[in-house]
Amino acid sequence: MKISVQSQDFDLSEETRFLSKDKKVGAIASFVGVVREVPMTLEHYPGMTESSIRKIVEEAESRWKVMDCTVIHRHGALQPGEQIVLVAVASAHRGDAFAACEFIMDYLKTQAPFWKKEHRPEGARWVEARSSDDQAAERWQGPTRKKAG
Amino acid sequence: MKVRVLFFAGLREQLGTPGEEIDLPVGVTTVGGLRGYLSEKGNSWKSALSEGKLIRMAVNQDMVQQTAAIKAGDEVAFFPPVTGG
Repeated sequence: MKISVQSQDFDLSEETRFLSKDKKVGAIASFVGVVREVPMTLEHYPGMTESSIRKIVEEAESRWKVMDCTVIHRHGALQPGEQIVLVAVASAHRGDAFAACEFIMDYLKTQAPFWKKEHRPEGARWVEARSSDDQAAERWQGPTRKKAG
Repeated sequence: MKVRVLFFAGLREQLGTPGEEIDLPVGVTTVGGLRGYLSEKGNSWKSALSEGKLIRMAVNQDMVQQTAAIKAGDEVAFFPPVTGG
């Protein structure tokens, strides 16, 4: 498991290459979040950020057959088009990798202590949490979704 | 009993402080109790921490509910709902 909260950018192919070193890995599902339209600054709670992501990944590992996982989240000033977050999950088969990747991303949105401040022409403002993100996380609280293939 | 209190994001800006060490009066034993105690510190504190405001809380870097107990030396954080990802 690799968890990194950093200001510098990351390279998806470098991260997936690292995850595919174990020859038992047959699937890597990844998600990259990108800054949309508005420049922003990301604040976080050092220490809690890393431990909360670790707990989310451990929860994913208890639900699906996850062989390895990389989560990178950036903080600081970010421009539109820049990468913010990477979740990459390695597994033997795609069903586990897809599901765990989506689960980690949904939980990260509601549990990891990051806050976005948008810098718009009319002024800076903190982004408000969206209830749709809570709903996305809540849908995992029922019975585990059926695994694909 | 002394605890370390931290504020983040919009809450930190509203209160004008990233946090401080606070000596709590006897009787403040939960996160919700601490929130109530802090809200009496002044007008900006009252409006930022009032019951109606959606605030998340963490004790020693674990997200908790208002009823969670606090003890001497704890790190207690207050912050708005998170917006990462």
